[in-house]
Amino acid sequence: MSANLLAIFYLVSGVLFILALRGLSSPETSRQGNLYGIIGMIIAISVTIISIGNFSIGFVYLIIFLIIGGTLGAFIAFKIPMTAMPELVAGFHSLVGLAAVFVAISAFLNPEIFDLGYPGNIKIASLVEMSLGAAIGAITFTGSIIAFLKLRGIMSGSPITFVGQHFLNLVLGILLVGLIYYLCKTQSENLFWSLILISFLVGILLIIPIGGADMPVVISMLNSYSGWAAAGIGFTLENTALIITGALVGSSGAILSYIMCKGMNRSFFNVILGGWGATDDTSNKKSTEQKPVKSGNADDAAFLMKNASSVIIVPGYGMAVAQAQHALKEMVDSLKKNGVKVSYAIHPVAGRMPGHMNVLLAEASVPYDEVFELEDINNDFANCDVAYVIGANDVTNPVAKTDPQSPIYGMPILDVEKSKSVLFVKRSLSPGYAGIDNDLFYRENTLMLFADAKKMTEEITKNL
Amino acid sequence: MELDPFIFRLSIFILSIFVGYYVVWSVTPSLHTPLMSVTNAISSVIIVGAIIASLAGNSNEVFNTASIFGYLAIILAAVNIFGGFLVTQRMLAMYKKKKKDK
Repeated sequence: MSANLLAIFYLVSGVLFILALRGLSSPETSRQGNLYGIIGMIIAISVTIISIGNFSIGFVYLIIFLIIGGTLGAFIAFKIPMTAMPELVAGFHSLVGLAAVFVAISAFLNPEIFDLGYPGNIKIASLVEMSLGAAIGAITFTGSIIAFLKLRGIMSGSPITFVGQHFLNLVLGILLVGLIYYLCKTQSENLFWSLILISFLVGILLIIPIGGADMPVVISMLNSYSGWAAAGIGFTLENTALIITGALVGSSGAILSYIMCKGMNRSFFNVILGGWGATDDTSNKKSTEQKPVKSGNADDAAFLMKNASSVIIVPGYGMAVAQAQHALKEMVDSLKKNGVKVSYAIHPVAGRMPGHMNVLLAEASVPYDEVFELEDINNDFANCDVAYVIGANDVTNPVAKTDPQSPIYGMPILDVEKSKSVLFVKRSLSPGYAGIDNDLFYRENTLMLFADAKKMTEEITKNL
Repeated sequence: MELDPFIFRLSIFILSIFVGYYVVWSVTPSLHTPLMSVTNAISSVIIVGAIIASLAGNSNEVFNTASIFGYLAIILAAVNIFGGFLVTQRMLAMYKKKKKDK
């Protein structure tokens, strides 16, 4: 196959990948989009194999490894529960990162096959590109592993900080730049290995100070990194499919990070530098202990909701933890039988990754046209009888609008307090991730339901 | 005056960032999780690099240091490609509209 034809095929698969993302603009077109993505991938893989034209024993191994990896991937894809999606995505990011590192290593060790020069005499431009690909890939790898461990609960979700952390990161960052510079000058293999090792370390250090509820930003950011790593390798291999895809994924992740940061009214650097709420919880704790709280049981909640004409459900991470989405759907079905109008309100940073709540609700077969984003539904709270807050906390805290001293001041929140009554399912009065007390607990129109989200929802359904 | 092919690739790269920017902003927020899993799957197109690394060498031995890293990368990328596309498919199949008769 001529190089030109090959390049055109890569271009075609790049375009198919664009269409795959384009399809996600609405659920109807999304399945077709995914199909385009699959076709693009098949084209890219087949033309690569055909263009090399090596169908010896090595090819057999390739097929075997492809099948091993593919079976494993397919197995994971079918077995994974939807609540574990954030971990899965983090885990997958780590694989992309490591794959980028491996490809960069073999390009460095054997540059002839990629037309990059000879060992010890690799073209400078290629060397820069592969170093960047390897470094970003390595950061993505270890960073995603840490994110995975935190999401999985193997590692504590609380931020790990130590004195001089930012300074250390800065030093390592400068060191990486220096290493790439000297690598280009000396072509030394040792420098290349140190580059990768230090990048692994940077990946770990970058993610450990970031707390659990900031994971939506972290996952999006690592998504973006995996794209830039792929693009770096794409430049090295002079492969348009990789360059296009890398750019797409890179900008996609960056946009998602931006949306998530905006959902918390924080700057990207504020999130990355870590440790939110650790400073402010002492001042707030004192005043809260004596305030009266109205608490109720499933019976009260059922009574309120049955007699309402409209109910808005506000799900949060707690719903995912309690796996309450199916129970919730049953409750909503009974409410609908009673003639109650029900809709769902999703905050941009609800859950542990962008769109987390939407997937869980979809899994419980909640129709997606009953689920609304913050800006589309926020005005409806004023006309709604009951808001049912299940597993959400900070995203409903009115303090974000009223108290400029609060760490979450300015964060867009769901105007739950405007509804006639608020049902708050929560295990205790403990503050949410931001470490601040939620004013809503003590309001006249709030009824606290102290229980596990799933159990409470099931009991309400029984009482309807 | 000859143009460095790098400039062509850079142009593709920059333009793709813009395409990505506009395409991703048009993605509905309720599909952000499938967006992440599908971008994951497509970024595994890095497998083409792994295939070249493992097959294109002209040495007689199938496994040399460069090709071993290639094969390892193939396994990792394959997990991602199959896992990523299938889990996206599985998620997207769950998004349903309200039935009209209600």
